[in-house]
Amino acid sequence: MLSRTAADLYWMGRYMERAESLARILEVGYRMSQTPDSDGTGTSRNEWESTAVAAGCVAGLAEKYGDATLDSVIRHLVLDEDNPSSIQSCLKTARTNGRAVRPALTAESWESLNDSWLDFTANWQRSLGRDNILAFLEWVKARTTLFRGATLGTMVRDEAFSFVELGTFIERADNTARILDVKYHVVLPAGEAVGGPRDYYQWATLLRSVSALGSYHWIYRDSIQPWLVAELLILRPEMPRSLIFALSQVRACLDAITSAHKQNYNCLRLAGRLHAEIGYAKIEDIIRSGLHEYLSEFLARNDALGNEIAADFHFYQ
Amino acid sequence: MHITIDHETVYGYDVPVSYSIQSLRLTPQPYDGQAVRSWWINVEGAGTLHRFTDSYGNVTHTLVLDRPHREVRVRVRGQVVTAETGGLVTGTIETFPPVFYLRPTPCTKADGALDALARSSRDGGVLDSLHRLMMALRDAIDYRTGETDVMTTAAEALANGAGVCQDHAHAFIAAARSIGVPARYVSGYLLSSDEGTEGEAAHAWAEALVPDLGWVGFDVANRVCATDRHVRVAIGLDYQSAAPVRGIRRGGGEESLSVAVRVNPRAAGSAQ
Amino acid sequence: MTQGDAVPTAAFDEMILDDGRPRPGLEALVGWMLEAPRATLKLRQADANVLFRRIGITFAVYGEGGDPERLIPFDIVPRVLLAREWAFLARGLEQRVKALNRFLDDVYHDGEIIAAGKVPERLVLLNKAYQPEMRGFDVPGRVYTHIAGIDVVRTGPEDFYVLEDNTRTPSGVSYMLQNREVMMRLFPDLFNRHRIAPVEHYPDDLRKTLQSVAPPACPGEPTVVVLSPGLYNSAYYEHTFLADKMGVELVEGQDLFVKDNAVFMRTTRGPQRVDVIYRRIDDAFLDPLTFRSDSTLGVPGLMNVYRAGGVTLANAIGGGVADDKAMYMYVPEMIRFYLGEEPLLKNVPTWWCEREDDARYVLDHLDELVVKEVAGSGGYGMLVGPKATPEERAAYAERIRAEPAEFIAQPTLALSSCPTYVADGYAPRHVDLRPFVLVGADKVRLVPGGLTRVAMRAGSLVVNSSQGGGTKDTWVLEDGGPDHA
Repeated sequence: MLSRTAADLYWMGRYMERAESLARILEVGYRMSQTPDSDGTGTSRNEWESTAVAAGCVAGLAEKYGDATLDSVIRHLVLDEDNPSSIQSCLKTARTNGRAVRPALTAESWESLNDSWLDFTANWQRSLGRDNILAFLEWVKARTTLFRGATLGTMVRDEAFSFVELGTFIERADNTARILDVKYHVVLPAGEAVGGPRDYYQWATLLRSVSALGSYHWIYRDSIQPWLVAELLILRPEMPRSLIFALSQVRACLDAITSAHKQNYNCLRLAGRLHAEIGYAKIEDIIRSGLHEYLSEFLARNDALGNEIAADFHFYQ
Repeated sequence: MHITIDHETVYGYDVPVSYSIQSLRLTPQPYDGQAVRSWWINVEGAGTLHRFTDSYGNVTHTLVLDRPHREVRVRVRGQVVTAETGGLVTGTIETFPPVFYLRPTPCTKADGALDALARSSRDGGVLDSLHRLMMALRDAIDYRTGETDVMTTAAEALANGAGVCQDHAHAFIAAARSIGVPARYVSGYLLSSDEGTEGEAAHAWAEALVPDLGWVGFDVANRVCATDRHVRVAIGLDYQSAAPVRGIRRGGGEESLSVAVRVNPRAAGSAQ
Repeated sequence: MTQGDAVPTAAFDEMILDDGRPRPGLEALVGWMLEAPRATLKLRQADANVLFRRIGITFAVYGEGGDPERLIPFDIVPRVLLAREWAFLARGLEQRVKALNRFLDDVYHDGEIIAAGKVPERLVLLNKAYQPEMRGFDVPGRVYTHIAGIDVVRTGPEDFYVLEDNTRTPSGVSYMLQNREVMMRLFPDLFNRHRIAPVEHYPDDLRKTLQSVAPPACPGEPTVVVLSPGLYNSAYYEHTFLADKMGVELVEGQDLFVKDNAVFMRTTRGPQRVDVIYRRIDDAFLDPLTFRSDSTLGVPGLMNVYRAGGVTLANAIGGGVADDKAMYMYVPEMIRFYLGEEPLLKNVPTWWCEREDDARYVLDHLDELVVKEVAGSGGYGMLVGPKATPEERAAYAERIRAEPAEFIAQPTLALSSCPTYVADGYAPRHVDLRPFVLVGADKVRLVPGGLTRVAMRAGSLVVNSSQGGGTKDTWVLEDGGPDHA
């Protein structure tokens, strides 16, 4: 397969996943800003800032719009054409990539991308604001889910499919780690006890944002414990947005590609090692050595893995 | 005259270049006024050279570097024996009929001013007319570096009243063609003093086809017909097709260029 | 008046005789057309549009508002050539394309036809489409135009005129193939009742043609690719279609690079050597190291490798010098000079405004003539004198006076017409034909028929898809008629 085709498929997968995650991250931010204590005295601003951190857009937002508020976040994280990670840019780039490799896609996959973009420009782009942001985020989740479904349900399991999946799960690992890390950035208001009602609410919102609140209760049959949330999102293989799950998918895709190529690649080695290390980790050790530090290191290694994939399959000239 | 040439071109980049490719027209061919005794072309580092002959008969090398690099270093060295021919160029292998060299190119399209200058130089025979044209152009275009670049057209150079040897050659070619005289571009080397020349020795001039005589070299920048101090390396319709080096690279950021040319006269026999 | 054959003035109907009866050989088809219920036809026409939209065949049109991915109108009434008519046409096309290739080989070498005084030296050597870089280079198999699209119009039962030769990167063959596929899906019964020569093997023929011209440096089975400028090109659909049907990669310039005197494509398995490039990029953009240095569509160093025999380009660089509209006048001479034969297909009389007498005649008769730019294509920039307003003619005359050498003129031909399905039933519409001639190192391959373009507006003579023309399926009826099996 042409390297450019592989790169387009990979990034198409990444951008659709990123659009979904962004919608989830924004939803967390929105719900947190709506917590009972949020009275506009500065605490809610704090939550929008951590939303921008989780989206990896904090510097760009500060530079262009100043303070992180609901409005500036909508402008920068959703509508900003100059921000390559805004939801608009993600939908547009995914569609452009998809169009470039149209023959490698099924009609269903392509149409889900194409219709999303057309629907966005026709119905959301100009009207989007604080009043309809939640409805919009729901729409993004629905559209990205449709794309996932179309891809999983119709694409032949060949090299093209593997590269879409690879992009999807590299991105998902990145995003889950960031979402979990948001919690680290939410500095509790003074006088609020750790484990207090506000803290509890924030963890619950986080779980909801990855559609894992129900799963949490099903798996742990316990009240929400921060360290169990971390375990769920990092170490539980049955949780489809956990780091270990994402890495196992990455590894499976790379296995499929490399066995067809009959070649050995460095990215497979990196993915295997990262996957194994998470597999043997214990949540107690992670918490003890610092959740933020753990996640930061993971993000760096996941990034390096992405770069190695690009290098091994000659994505760029 | 025996002439020794040692020409090194070094391109430097502030960030690594992942891939670069160049066409090198740096290999002189013999004609009645020039014998090539020896000639080497070398690239330092991982680059590979492949040789072919282009449509003008210029020996051309394709240089490819496909691993990250911060420098491309090309060195050509050799010895040439030249003879004074009064500018007359005979014994070349001509690949195109003369009419072809009336073909305008973007750099050598005559405008009203070039056309007028060519017409006002026209008097008596073609050879005399071309001499007058050479002098008139040299008067009109001052030799100044930094005023023009490789994309500057003949018309622009004349309008600006300043340029380098390449602009002089382009202007001459454009004007000659506009009065129906086939003309072409020559790139090569010039030995400008008996002690040898450093730095500015890479040179360009023009050739025009004089009826009943043949191709004659006109070095407008120096107001002379080509001499035994001119080493003829490549020809073309204009700079674009005869350029000693044309390159494309991926990445690399800012480029720095250093050219070191030494052209030395040598007493006959001292190399034997 | 200059080289060319006299032209008739009344339109010839390809299906129906003057007395209203079907032309011999077409009785069954015409009978079916008359019997088929109107409602059914209307439904099939709508089905056709849906099929084309679903397949994704659209045509991007430059410089116009509206939907940039517009559907080319498709007409459900086939255009029919009888086997013996096609056999004649095929011989004429092969003859013409052979001569064009010989001409290209000649003008990039010794120029014998120029020396013989048959073609003006300046028209060749000073032509914008003449590529100096090709001089003295022996292309594999001495083939320059591997894929030629020859535009043919018909004016009578036995009269075929070549309107223009396309020797650069002719497009439209995907429509020819899709039109057939759609017709077979819509009217399977028609295909049972007639013996229609198949066209489906065109991609196979194209691949064989391209493989036959592999460069000397290619050791084994040649790797062929289609090189496209990318998805913003108006013919991008065709590029993907042909690559897909041939089973070869569709690449862009950024996918290729030069190394070790060869061209490679970047694949996920590493660099893979490419031997033959079916390029759908214009000469000027192919190689920024040799041609336009600002081109981002091409492959730096491609010309060097080409000339060194490391890769073959199809069509060859510089083929445009043969399809220039002024050069057109000399094609009959080329056929006589290179092949020693009389041309089978006719040439339209042409005035070239470079010549003073011709220019005067053209300016005096603008209301009767079609005037075209010498280097133009796609129906852009032409003046159809009889249809133009006096103001349009006056403005065009100014352009001719400013640059006479850039214009040629021809009489308005009475293009043949074919019944076409329109809102209120069948109506005659003018058609032309673009057969695609494949020239390999081994042989010439010609798929029966070609692309029929139809002017959808009543009376219009402009069939170009960029100007609102449509297409029809083109049938070559074997054994000259229906098979009543």
